[in-house]
Amino acid sequence: MNYEISKEPINIQAVIDKVVQREAGAITTFIGTVRELTHGKKTLFLIYEAYEAMAVKKLEQIGAEIEQRWEGSCVAITHRVGRLDITDVAVVIAVSTPHRADAYEANRYAIERIKEIVPIWKKEHWEDGESWMGNQLETVAYPSGKPEAGDIDE
Amino acid sequence: MNKVLFFAHLRDAVGEEFLTVNASGKTVAELKAELSAKYNLPKMETIMTAINEEFASHDEVIRDGDEIAFIPPVSGG
Repeated sequence: MNYEISKEPINIQAVIDKVVQREAGAITTFIGTVRELTHGKKTLFLIYEAYEAMAVKKLEQIGAEIEQRWEGSCVAITHRVGRLDITDVAVVIAVSTPHRADAYEANRYAIERIKEIVPIWKKEHWEDGESWMGNQLETVAYPSGKPEAGDIDE
Repeated sequence: MNKVLFFAHLRDAVGEEFLTVNASGKTVAELKAELSAKYNLPKMETIMTAINEEFASHDEVIRDGDEIAFIPPVSGG
């Protein structure tokens, strides 16, 4: 179970423990957290929703892509759903590899791919309203019908 | 019959988490156009479609029993 959608707070160490391997010389951990201010606009809290069965499959696909591209790598990803407050952990990605450069690179690849292909959505709640992100003026437009590289610099 | 799942702003627009429809023999594009008109769905040109939990192209033909999901631009991470 290296790829999970969780309704409960993520145990960061448990995600890291999944990628421990004797061949590894490095483990990188990415922790995505809920930011209060986006372009000066204040977020009160977020709701994350997932198409869970497909989301797990797509996380597995990302892991398979990484293990093919970076030899000897091992990946674990857990994404939270439900209501999250400011500073809460939304996603944890752990990648172990024999050498450190690959661990950094592969981890970055994972978060960018999540923002492209994993069916998870966040609803921002502000002081003056709420909106699903990915389709509104507050974020990027997707003229091709799907997120592109370069849209994903949040 | 086919289960059709909606997420994010589409779920709000339809007012249901899913619908049960007979989409057998239709293409993804045909089903999308039909439901878009019926429920006055916004921004359907940005919506991806999944059949049985895998992304599908517009010309893919839906079979009886397939689970369809309309996938708005994702915003996880």
